[in-house]
Amino acid sequence: MAVVSMKKALICGMKHDRGDVLDFLQRQGVVEISAGMEDDAVFQKKDVLSYKAADEKNAAQAQQALEVLSQYAPEKKGLLASFAGREIISVHQYEEMSSRCEETMDVIRKIMDLSKEIGESRGILPKLEQQMEELVPWSSFDLPLDFQGTKSTRAFIGSFPEEISPERLAQALSERTEAPVELTQVSASKVQSCYFLLCGRQDGQAVDDALKGLGFQKAPSSSVTPARRSKELEEEYSRTEETIRGKEKEITDLASWREQIKFVMDYHLMQAEEYGVLSELSQSKNVFLITGYVPADQVPSLEQALNQRFGVYTEFSDPGEDEDVPVLLHNNKFAEPVEGIVEGYSLPGKGELDPTAVTAPFYYLLFGLMLSDAAYGIILIVACAIAIKKCPNMEAGMKKTLKMFLYCGISTTFWGFMFGSFFGDAVNVIATTFFNRPDISLPPLWFEPVSLPMKMLVFSFTFGIIHLFTGLAVKLYTQVKSGALADAVYDVIFWYMFVGGCIVYLLTMPMITNMLELTFTLPAPVGIGAAIVAVVGFVGVVLTSGRESRNWGKRLLKGVYGAYGITSYLSDILSYSRLLALGLATSVISTVFNQLGSMLGNSIPGAILFILVFVIGHALNLAINAMGAYVHTNRLQYVEFFGKFYDGGGRKFQPFAVHTKYYNVKEDI
Amino acid sequence: MLNIGVILALLGAVLAALCAGIGSSIGVGMAGEAAAGVVTEDPAQFSKVLLLQLLPGTQGIYGLLIGFVTLTQIGIMGGSSDVSVVKGMLYLVACLPMAFVGYKSAIRQAQASVASIGLVAKRPDQFGKAMIFPAMVETYAILALLISILAIFGIGGLAI
Repeated sequence: MAVVSMKKALICGMKHDRGDVLDFLQRQGVVEISAGMEDDAVFQKKDVLSYKAADEKNAAQAQQALEVLSQYAPEKKGLLASFAGREIISVHQYEEMSSRCEETMDVIRKIMDLSKEIGESRGILPKLEQQMEELVPWSSFDLPLDFQGTKSTRAFIGSFPEEISPERLAQALSERTEAPVELTQVSASKVQSCYFLLCGRQDGQAVDDALKGLGFQKAPSSSVTPARRSKELEEEYSRTEETIRGKEKEITDLASWREQIKFVMDYHLMQAEEYGVLSELSQSKNVFLITGYVPADQVPSLEQALNQRFGVYTEFSDPGEDEDVPVLLHNNKFAEPVEGIVEGYSLPGKGELDPTAVTAPFYYLLFGLMLSDAAYGIILIVACAIAIKKCPNMEAGMKKTLKMFLYCGISTTFWGFMFGSFFGDAVNVIATTFFNRPDISLPPLWFEPVSLPMKMLVFSFTFGIIHLFTGLAVKLYTQVKSGALADAVYDVIFWYMFVGGCIVYLLTMPMITNMLELTFTLPAPVGIGAAIVAVVGFVGVVLTSGRESRNWGKRLLKGVYGAYGITSYLSDILSYSRLLALGLATSVISTVFNQLGSMLGNSIPGAILFILVFVIGHALNLAINAMGAYVHTNRLQYVEFFGKFYDGGGRKFQPFAVHTKYYNVKEDI
Repeated sequence: MLNIGVILALLGAVLAALCAGIGSSIGVGMAGEAAAGVVTEDPAQFSKVLLLQLLPGTQGIYGLLIGFVTLTQIGIMGGSSDVSVVKGMLYLVACLPMAFVGYKSAIRQAQASVASIGLVAKRPDQFGKAMIFPAMVETYAILALLISILAIFGIGGLAI
């Protein structure tokens, strides 16, 4: 229930065991390798980063091949696929599969080649289409389009970029040249007219010039008639399509290799990580050294396994004072899911307490208060429970998150019943609209915040004060534990007196209690006592919060500034009004949807409308408000709660392990 | 007879929904553009940036909430719509914090969201902190919501 204590490990072995030891450590995933010592005459680091790069390249290729495969042979994925996590395989399976790596790499390269060829063929198709298009106006022409003329004649085959009749063309030509020209129209449309022109060979140059002036363009050249050419092109087109289909089929046929390719990708990722570690190790001619951190509770089993399997020397010692020891959290089942939230802020720094255990109950309660609808809570519980149950191999982080929402769901259900909210006021709306029984509704076990918002606000503030004071209590605990008793009094006890005294004093004023709609006002003597406590606290804070300054003038000024921190307590407490706001948001929006749905009254269309609005509306409301509850619970924890006692700054324990995408290799010690 | 009271109260309800809704749609839109940019580079960040995009959307919901509560209080959602001119005026004024603060805070929150989306793009592991910056802005929308809602519930009990 705290930060796991770490041991420093030193593993020293013969070089021929190196690969096996590293493989073993990687599968165990309990050692964070730290950089070895500086190079000296005997021990040096070896640069193997080029091997790492080669493995990374192979992994990238495998990934591309998988993308190609999923494009042509999509994988069937279940609804819960994103939670499924990695498949666990035994070492035996691992070795069997890795023996087929080379073979699989060939398949990967083949897939990549095929995909490249398909891409090229696809590029040809539009070109062919364009050529066929160009031939369409010439389809009735029965000479090859590159026909130049006979011995004594010269032929021009081509088009003009407008609609032009043979008469007008003849006239336009006669204006430019005197040479006789025989012209035949092949086809005409609004945008172009195709002509076959024939003149004497000696007039060729003159006619050519004249035609250029008219915007004449030569027809696409081909040595066969347009009809035949067109057919050829069509054949080529369908041939190319056929090739593409064939290659696609070839890729689809290779889909059975998918699992193997996934494995190869993982294999190379693992190898790359291993090479990354290897280049950090100090090695001599025959010996290698591994230094790193191991969680203390893993030490005995690791030590035993290493000594049993390999002829290595192991030594475990306590890390030194000034070492940057990585942080790993370990908590009981109830608090563990919130570890991710603490990690999202920052892991505990040196000498700090793991705040997960105190954060967890508040986290669940705050989330539940904000979402506060029994039905939504039940939905959260069921959804998370199903996902956890169906996916036994789920990644640890994902499992923690889902468990957290599961507990939050329980709290949401609890508060939902306390405040009488089940899909908002759905029970009452359904009973009224469809069964004509407006007397049926779900009574709140405590009270309904919508009708008593002031009560809910006071409850929110009270909850906030408890939350903040718990934060201070944690600080007290840490300081007492580390022996700084004076600091504990100055930084915590005085503040308790100051803030607590002020709050109690306020409760003796009828103005305040009326405003908050409280049923009681504390008697005046209590107020005097509270005022005295607050003043003592205030004086204490003024005298001590500048205690690092030796100069008394400076110290008092700093102290006054420190006492000004009471305003931050005020704003911290006010910040808990979001419990009311978000709780109301959930219930009011549910009410809106319920009312919208029941607009058509008790009829068949009415029932259909109700079901539609109900399902869509509440799904939307749940999504938006669960998100809001998540964000604002985090905020209250990070800003208001952690602000009182927690700094963080620890470095996460990142063991050398199997960081793959699809497969996880497990080995029992 | 022209019922000025209801008109004023309805104006307040509509203003709250209008301003806060406009602010939120501008905000969510801005953040959405930034989020889409990040997803083109790194699709794995989708769920994180989506959450950041939605943060400035809550003001619109608060506006709807105030609008709806006012509508039920003045009897537009059923019941008698007998609202005096003074009460109508009070409802209108009570809705203003949500309208103004909702509009402005949604846009400012969106700017913080855009910056946080940038942060997540560069350092996905810092998501927890990135989420807090826009959430700090929302505090003020929540305070405005609180005042509006307390005022609206309070007006109902007044005998004027």
